[in-house]
This record gives sequence, C-alpha cells and structure tokens, in this order.
Amino acid sequence: MRRMHVASAMVGALALLTLAGCTTDPSVTAPSDDAAATEEAEVEWFDQALFDKQDEERGVVPEGPDGQPYLQYINAEMVDTSEFASEGAKKGCFANASISNPWRQTGWITMNEQLKVLQESGAISELETRDAQDSDDTQIADIDYFINEGNCDFFVISPNSTAAMTPAVERACDTGKPVIVFDRGVQTDCPVTFIHPIGGFAWGIDSANFLIDNLEEGDKVVALRILPGVDVLEQRWAAAEKLFGEANIDAVDYFTGADPVEIKKIISDELAKGDVKGIWMDAGDGAVAAIEAFEDAGVDYPVMTGEDELSFLRKWKDTGLTGLGTVYSNFQWRTPLLAAQKIFAGEEVPKEWVLPQSPVTSDDLDQYLAANEGMPDGHYAKFGGEDLPGYPTVWQERQIP
Amino acid sequence: MKIVSALVSPRGAVFLLLAVLLIAITVLNPSFAEPGQLMRFIQRVAPVAIVAIGQYFVIVGGEFDLSMGSVVTAQVVIAGNLVGQDESRTIPVLFLMLAFGVLVGLVNGLIVSFLRVPSFIATLGMMLALLGGVLYWTGGAATGNPDDSFRQIGRGGIQDVPVLDLIPWSVLILIVVLAAAIWFSKRPFGRTIIALGDNPTAAGFAGVRTWWVKTSTFILSSLSATLAGILLVGYAGVHPSVGRGYEFTAITAVVLGGVVLGGGRGWVVAAAAGAFALEALFTLLNFAGVPSTLRDAIQGVIIIAAVAYSAVSFRARRRGRTDVAGPPVDADDGPVDGAPETSPAREKESPPQSGATRPAIHSLEAEG
Repeated sequence: MRRMHVASAMVGALALLTLAGCTTDPSVTAPSDDAAATEEAEVEWFDQALFDKQDEERGVVPEGPDGQPYLQYINAEMVDTSEFASEGAKKGCFANASISNPWRQTGWITMNEQLKVLQESGAISELETRDAQDSDDTQIADIDYFINEGNCDFFVISPNSTAAMTPAVERACDTGKPVIVFDRGVQTDCPVTFIHPIGGFAWGIDSANFLIDNLEEGDKVVALRILPGVDVLEQRWAAAEKLFGEANIDAVDYFTGADPVEIKKIISDELAKGDVKGIWMDAGDGAVAAIEAFEDAGVDYPVMTGEDELSFLRKWKDTGLTGLGTVYSNFQWRTPLLAAQKIFAGEEVPKEWVLPQSPVTSDDLDQYLAANEGMPDGHYAKFGGEDLPGYPTVWQERQIP
Repeated sequence: MKIVSALVSPRGAVFLLLAVLLIAITVLNPSFAEPGQLMRFIQRVAPVAIVAIGQYFVIVGGEFDLSMGSVVTAQVVIAGNLVGQDESRTIPVLFLMLAFGVLVGLVNGLIVSFLRVPSFIATLGMMLALLGGVLYWTGGAATGNPDDSFRQIGRGGIQDVPVLDLIPWSVLILIVVLAAAIWFSKRPFGRTIIALGDNPTAAGFAGVRTWWVKTSTFILSSLSATLAGILLVGYAGVHPSVGRGYEFTAITAVVLGGVVLGGGRGWVVAAAAGAFALEALFTLLNFAGVPSTLRDAIQGVIIIAAVAYSAVSFRARRRGRTDVAGPPVDADDGPVDGAPETSPAREKESPPQSGATRPAIHSLEAEG
C-alpha cells in the first residue's frame, strides 16, 4: 500500500504542476486599462525608437533587384566583405531554432531548394543542419559543436531566443569565419549580417491600423497570441496594444499556444460576454478555429487580421470577411545562403539586412490564392520560391528535408 | 438535510464545487444560463469528460494512464492526414482510429501486466513514443483539417430544436458514454475492476484474471481518448497541440471527483463532474478577466483546496467508521444516499459475484 501512496502523491503533484503549466495557454491578461500591467509590459517590450524605425521602414521602397524580394533591402548600411573572399565551394553550418510551426517548415523547405541551386553553381558544398527543437540549451550545444567539430566555412544561425543565444553567437564570431543571423536577433553586432523582415512592430502597426480603420471607437477586439516572451511576437502585440489604446479600441489578449481548442473556447466565452467586433492575431496558426467560433455562435464575422498562411487566406475568401493577412516575410529563409554566396565573392552586404514586409490585402488576395493553388493549408503565400527548381511539387507535397 | 450532508460529503464535494462555479459564472454573465449557452458549454466539456471517464476506470483499478493526451493528439493528426478532403474515407478512418486506440490500450495493459512495468512509467513511455511519432510525421505543425463530414461529429448537432436551439452530437455522445460507464460500473466486471484496485492480491486469490481486467481498463481509457480526439477534430480542427495536457486534466478531474488515487474507491459520475468543474473553473477565469499572471495561481489553489477538502473529510469519516467496524464502501452507486454510514447495509445487497471477492479485500483494507 505504501508504494501506491507514494506513487499517488507523485502523480497528484505532477498533475497539478502540469495542469498549472499547461493552462497558461488560455490565460487572460489584464484589460488594457489596468495601468500597472500595461506599464510593466511597455517597460519590457515596447521600444519607441524601434517602433518609429519600423514604422518609417514600412513606407520605404526597398532597393535591390526587382521581383526578387529576398534580395531587396531597406535603408541598408553596406559592409565590406573582401576579407572573406575566396574560391571554391563552402561548407555551411546551420543552427536552426526549430521547424515546429508551419511558418518555419515552409521556410525550411524553401531554404533547401535554394541550397540545391547554390550547390549546383558550386558556391556551397553542403549545409550541415542541427535542429534545436525550440530549446536554448540544445542550440547552444549545437553552435559549440559546429565551432569545435563542424569544420564549417560559415555559420547560419536562426536563434531560438535573443538573450540566451548571444554568447554562443559571439563564440561563433570569434572563429573569424562569417556568421549570418536571421529571423530572431541577438544582442551583438558581431555577425557579418543580420537578416530579417522589417519586424514585429511593423506587423503590429499594419494589423492594428487595419482594425482601427474598420472599427468604431469602443469596439471590442480579442487578441490571440501564441506565447509570451518571444521578442518578434511580443513586439507585434506591444505595437498593436499601444495603437488600440490610443484609438480607444477595447482589446483583451489571450495566450493560446496555437491550440485551436483553446482558441475556440476563448472566442466562445468572449462572444458569450458580449459582441466581439475584431480579432487580432500575432500569428495565423489557428485563425480558422477563431472564425469557426463565430460561425458556431451564429453571429456576424469579425474584422480580422491573420497571416499569409493559406488556411486563413482560403477561409477569408470563403467567408468574405473583412480581413488582412499580416506578413512576416517567409522568403527570408532564402536570403542567408545567398548572403553567404555574396560574402565569399567579396561583394558587400547590408550589415542589417532589412527585407521588405507588406501584408496581403483584399486587393491582392485573389492573386495570392491563384498563385498558390494546390498548396497545403500550412503553406505561406509569400514564401518567395516560385523560381526554384522544385516548384511547385516540393511545397505542394510539403517534403520536409 | 440529507442532500446537504451528501454535498459536503467527500464524494459530493465535487458537485458542490461545480454548483458554486456555475452560479459564479452565471452571476458574472447571466446569458450563460440560457439553454443554448449551456448546451455549448456541455459540448465543450464533452471531450474532457469522456477522457476523465476513461481515466476513472484505470485509476479505480489501481493504475494511471499518462498516455491519454498523446493518444488524443495522435488520433487528431491521423484524422487530419488520412481523411483529408475525401469524404469517402471518413468511415474507414474512424474504424482505423478505433483500432489504433484499442492497440495502444492493449500494449499499455500488456506491458503493465506481464512485464511488470509500473503503469506510471509504461504509459509515460507510451506518451513519449506517440508524441515522438506525431512529431516525426508532422514535423510539429498542423496539416489541415479533414473533410467537414468527419468534423460534423464534434462540431454539428441536431439543428432547430425548440428552446435548446442545437443539440450537439458531442452532448449525445457524452450522455451515451456516461450511461454506458455507469452501467458497466455496476456490472460484475466493473466491480471486479474496483476490487482489483482495492487489493490486487486478494482479487487474484478470488480468481480474478488480473491481467485481463487491468488491460481492459487501459483499452477503455485509450478508446475514450480516441473518442475525445474525434470530437476535438470536429470542435476545433487539427493541430499537434490538441490534446496537450489532457492526461493531467483527466487525472485532476478524477481526483476532484473524489476518486482515490491508487484505486479501489470512486464513482464514475463524480469523475465526469470533476471534468465539468475543471472546465467551469477555466470558463469562470475567462469571464472574470483574471490577469494572466494570477490565473495559474488561482487555478492551482482552488484545485488543491478541493482535493484537500475531499481527502480530509474522507479520512475523518473513515476514522469514524472503523469504530463501528464497517468496511469502506465501493461507492460505485453514488453519493446521493451515499453517506458512507449506510454502506454496511447496502453491502449485503451486492451481487454475489463481486461479493465473493469482498470479505478478503476488506479485511486487508482495514490494515492498510
């Protein structure tokens, strides 16, 4: 009997721990008029200078080759890379944060198709990749492995988190080989280039302005957020929250973990409380569940901002709701390998390579749907790989390497 | 008075908690009490309640099933990938999923029974194996929803019903499952499960085929997880995060329902009520607009308090009763008249078969 009691206690404790842990997902955050909470959040994530910078970049016409957004850049300060110029195919080492969401999967497929092109042209011999599966510790170990045993000619790092990855990126820089960081940033300027779309604040500005333009003052907006603590996501909300506050839009935010069950419960409860006029999302995953909650409740569709993920674009088209597909440019996954090619050719590259980022609007929705016909729901409209050899089969069949 | 004492009794506590939560929700948001809204609420709880019912049988039989959440996840992903947009596949895939559910339960049960691996570890391993398989298959991202005909099971219902508006299929399925579970608990086999959880040695001496009883509880639980998966695909759609944490939600619901971890005591209806209470708690926090920072703490405190209350009052009653030399009751008949004091009388009415196993069990139980 004692064995049982110990086991029971263990399970009980574990159950509570996990329950507490797992149920952070449907969390409610204080209403925006809760001054203390808002202030705290602003201290942590809102950055006026960055907000203004990204707001300005939204209006800039990017430089670079036409029709190749993955090679375009905004307000670039170019750096000389002649010290790295050398002949021959190079070996790349890629420390990837994860491929655990459809956005990263789509990008990863595109990156591999780009790799094939560069292997054929003799610029890159191979790309050794380690997937950290969303773990900081694993990624630090991956980077150190590459430094010590990878025999790498260049490093590509897509950091799992900003602060934790900084020392490891610095160690990679210390090897004297070119380091290319993309997507999430790090707190050092030692990499040769840091590639990213305009950013989270621009996302927040695009989406919040769309909702504000299409709603009345005092209308209720439910903000569905994936998870706390990731800078690119937090910045999206920080910008939107600020703009909603200024425009007197009543916005409440929830963490959903992208779980459609949670999303549906949250929306159902909000609809039971009162009218919901708008839905704001910090990522498109789960958008369909949110829309279905309105259908099931038998109320009018909200004004909604999702992402350029096809599941949302298709549902948007089917329902005819007033929508905007905010974009965090997926084609950025091509750029790091092309940057490596430029660096070894001694061509200059932007120190901070800001790629264009513009949302899918109702005007170009049909065009993007037509261009991506046959693609799976988890595919991203602005994946930018139409000219690569595997197009469209590789993306249609979602052949994850 | 009888009802009051039943409600404050350990097995009634969960109903009291549920009533308090529902009243609190209604006060915050009166429209919740409208029949249509209530139906929606039951529809939402149905998957959790069904999982809790499945977990009840495992727990009351003296084991744990930690693989339920990952069975839900795996089934959701199977539905999404195999049904696709092809309506004709709905029925074959449903059968495949049920078969897969039986297989998982069978493997769990056999490992626990014959390899003597504690169920805590065996099902934990199964959980990881299934989650790993899903990760390998999907890369961790959603694949797209299956055909609408498949999703109707969890999303649709009987339309245009007067007053209720919509009777979701999930609600009907939950009623059927609950009724079946109650019936099953009262059958000799159901009572044998409790006997086994109470004292496996005694049950073995009494001629119970331990391995089969144990294995069947695991099959029941993974079948219930399968059913929950089918409902969740319809309710919300396909995503690898669906089902996450369900095993612990289920265990907590069962414990809230006054079922004793380690087995031998519990009532399946109370376990289902535990699931309702948990979901009501989440809903209440949604309606109350509790800040995210406080939310987990409040949730945790309420759950601990509820479980502690039931444990303390249970122990108090048990101590009181041993003076009268009455054995603990197997409360599969419910709490309404279930003030345990009445148990010795009812004991005599028990069907002969389960009665046969009881004397030995109870004499040992008194020591432990």
